[in-house]
Amino acid sequence: MTSSPTWPAISAVIVVGIATLVVGTFGLRLSRTTSDFYVASRAVSPWWNASAISGEYLSAASFLGVAGLVLAFGGDVLWYPLGYTAGYLVLLALVAAPLRRSGAYTLSDFAEIRLGSRTVRQASSLLVVGIGWLYLLAQFHAAGLALRTVTGAPRWLGGTLVAAIVMINVVAGGMRSITFVQAFQFWLKLTAISIPVIVLLLVWRADGRVDPAAPDVPRVTASTSVTVSEALRVQVTHPVTVQVNGTVDGVPVAGPMRWDRGTVELAPGTTVTLPAGGAVPHAEGVEASEGSQWVTPSSGAGGRDYPLYRVYSLLLALLFGTMGLPHVLVRFYTNPTGRAARRTTLAVIPLLGLFYLFPPFYGALGRVYSPDLLLTGRTDAVVLLLPGRMLDHPWAELLTALVTAGAFAAFLSTSSGLTVSVAGVLSQDLVRGRMRSSVQGFRIGGLIAVAVPALMSVMTLRIGIADTVGLAFAVAASTFCPLLVLGIWWRGLTRVGAMAGLIVGGTLATTSVLITMAGGTSSALVSALLAQPAAWTVPVTFAVMVVGSIMTRESIPPNAARILVQLHAPEGLGLRASGTGGEATPTR
Amino acid sequence: MTRGGTPRYGVPRPALPARRSGPARPQRVRVTSPRMGTTTRPPARSGANEIDEQTYLGEVYMRSLLRSQLRLAFTVIAVMLLVLTALPLLFAWQPGLSDIRVIGFPLPWLLIGVVAYPALTLGAVWLARAADRAERDFGEIVDQQ
Repeated sequence: MTSSPTWPAISAVIVVGIATLVVGTFGLRLSRTTSDFYVASRAVSPWWNASAISGEYLSAASFLGVAGLVLAFGGDVLWYPLGYTAGYLVLLALVAAPLRRSGAYTLSDFAEIRLGSRTVRQASSLLVVGIGWLYLLAQFHAAGLALRTVTGAPRWLGGTLVAAIVMINVVAGGMRSITFVQAFQFWLKLTAISIPVIVLLLVWRADGRVDPAAPDVPRVTASTSVTVSEALRVQVTHPVTVQVNGTVDGVPVAGPMRWDRGTVELAPGTTVTLPAGGAVPHAEGVEASEGSQWVTPSSGAGGRDYPLYRVYSLLLALLFGTMGLPHVLVRFYTNPTGRAARRTTLAVIPLLGLFYLFPPFYGALGRVYSPDLLLTGRTDAVVLLLPGRMLDHPWAELLTALVTAGAFAAFLSTSSGLTVSVAGVLSQDLVRGRMRSSVQGFRIGGLIAVAVPALMSVMTLRIGIADTVGLAFAVAASTFCPLLVLGIWWRGLTRVGAMAGLIVGGTLATTSVLITMAGGTSSALVSALLAQPAAWTVPVTFAVMVVGSIMTRESIPPNAARILVQLHAPEGLGLRASGTGGEATPTR
Repeated sequence: MTRGGTPRYGVPRPALPARRSGPARPQRVRVTSPRMGTTTRPPARSGANEIDEQTYLGEVYMRSLLRSQLRLAFTVIAVMLLVLTALPLLFAWQPGLSDIRVIGFPLPWLLIGVVAYPALTLGAVWLARAADRAERDFGEIVDQQ
C-alpha cells in the first residue's frame, strides 16, 4: 500500500515538461517582435483566451490545495473554489471591459495611464512583483511536495524543475507560446482531475460506500506507517498505541508506545506505525474533528477559531483579489475590444466551475482512505496519493501518472503566466534602459522573476498551498482592487490618494502575510485577523484612497474625464480617446 | 479679401523673397464683414463631438452611461454578497442541514460545491448582456445627435 508507483509518474512529469516546451517552441516560430512577446499581438480569440485564463488560473492551490484543505478542515473549504470562481463575476462587473479599453498591459500601466504618475507606477510594480513572487513561491513549493510524494525525490528538486522549464519557455517564447500552452493545459488539468475521481468513486461504491462524514474522528483502516521528514509536533486527542522507530520528545524509541491525550514531538526521520482502526493523531494546526462537524461549513472543524470571520474575510479576499492578480490582468489586453473582454470573462466562469466540481471529492475520499496524512499535516498530497491507495496494479500507476501530469500542468501554467507578468514589470521598470533591446530586457526580467521565488521555495512553508495563495489574493484585494475600482469608476481619484492607499493597504496586508507565514501569534483572535486580513485591510485601503483623494482634490489629473471616456465608451463610436482601443505601448 | 499674406485657413505661406528694394509696401489690412460669421453654418455636431470636446452635454451622456453600468454591477455584486453572507450564517445557525442528503451529497456541499457554479454563470450571462445593451443604447443616442 505504501509502495509509490514511481516510473509512470516520473514519465508523466517528463512528458508534461517536454510537451510544454514543444508547444512553446511551436509558438516561438511565430513570435518575433516585442509585441509578440508581450501580448500575442492581440490575435487571440475569446474562446482561446477563456481557456487560457482558466488554464493559467488553476494553480497548485486548485489542483492539490483545495482537496488537501477539505481533508483537514471539511465543508468550510468549499468556500475557496467558490470564491476563486466568483472573483470573475466581480471582475466582469467592475473591471473587464474598462480595463481592456484602458489599453493597459500591466497593473503598472493602468496606474500610469489613469493617474499620470511615475511614483504610483513604481509602487504598483513593486506590488505586482511581491504578489507574483508569493504566488510563484506556492507553486514551486507545491512542485517540490508533489515530486517527493510520487517519487521520493528531495523537496528542492520539483521546484527547481518547474522553475527551469518555465524559465526556458518564457525566456524563449514569451506570451504567444504561453497562450497556446495555457489553453492546452486547462483541458489537460480538467481530464487529469475528473477521470481519476470517477474511477475512485466507483471503487468507493464497490467498497461499501464508507461515509466520510461518519460520526467518528479519522481512523486508519489498516496498519499504516508514516515517516516524518521534518521535526513535527503532533496532538493526540484519542489514545492510541503505536510502533515507533526514531526519536519522540527527544528520547530515542524503538518499539510500541502508548500515546495518551497531549502533544508529542517527533524528530526528523522518525517512523510511526498506526495500528488498524487507530485514531490518527493530528499535526499541530489541524485538530481531529467528528464527522458531523467536519462536514458542516462554518463549524470551525479542524480547530480553526472564528470560522465565520474567516469565511467572510476569505470570500472578500477571493472576490475582490482576483482582479488584482497580475497574471489574470495581462490576458485582458489580448482581447480586441471591451465587449470581447466581457465575453472572455463570462466564458471563464463555467470552465472554472466545471473543474471545481472535482477536487472536494478527493478530500472527502481522503478522509476514508488516507487519514494518516493528517499526522504529518501534508494533506496537500491527497490528490496524488489516493489512486495508489485505492487501486491495484496497473490502474494505480496509470491514474497516479495522470494526476501527476495534471499537477505539473498546474504548476507550469500558473508559473508561466506569473513569470510573464512579473518579467514584464521587471523589464519595464527595473532593467529597462540598461539592455540593448526590449526583448533582451524581457528575458532578463524572466530570469529574475523565476530565480528569486525558486530560491525562497526551499524554505519550509508552515501553511497549506491554498492558504499561501489565499494570502496573495488578500494582498491583491487590499491594494489593486481599490486602485482599479476607484480608478475606473471615480473621477476624483488623485495620485496622493492612490499612493497613500497602496502604501497603507500593501503594508497592512504584507505584514499580516509575513506574521502568518512565520507561524502566527499566541492570541487566537489576532492570528485569525492576520491569517485572513482582507475583511479589515480592504475597507481601510478604500477609505484611505477616498479620503486622501478628497483632501488633495485640487490635484485631480486634468485628463481624468477624458480617460474615463476612454475606459467606458464602446469602441467604434469615433470618440478620439477610444478610437481603435487606445494602443498603449508596453515598451513606453 | 486681400491677396497673399496669411490665408484665412491653412498654414501661412512662406514669405516671398524681396524682389527689389524700394519704397516699403503698404501694410495689408484684412477687411471682413461682421456678417461673415452668420453666413457660415456651424459644423454638424454629433454626440461623439460633444463628448470629445467635453461639453456639458457630453458630460451628461457619459454620466448616464457610467451610472447605468455601475447600477448593473452593483445589482449583481449585491445579490451575490447577500447570498454569500446569508449562507455561512445559515449553516452555522442550522448545522443539522448537513444531515440532509440530496442525491448523496450533504445539502450545504451541494449548494456551495455544485449549484453555485451554474448560478454564477447565469448571473454573468445576465450581466454581460445588460452591459452590452447599455453600451448599444449609449451608442445609438450618441449617433442620433
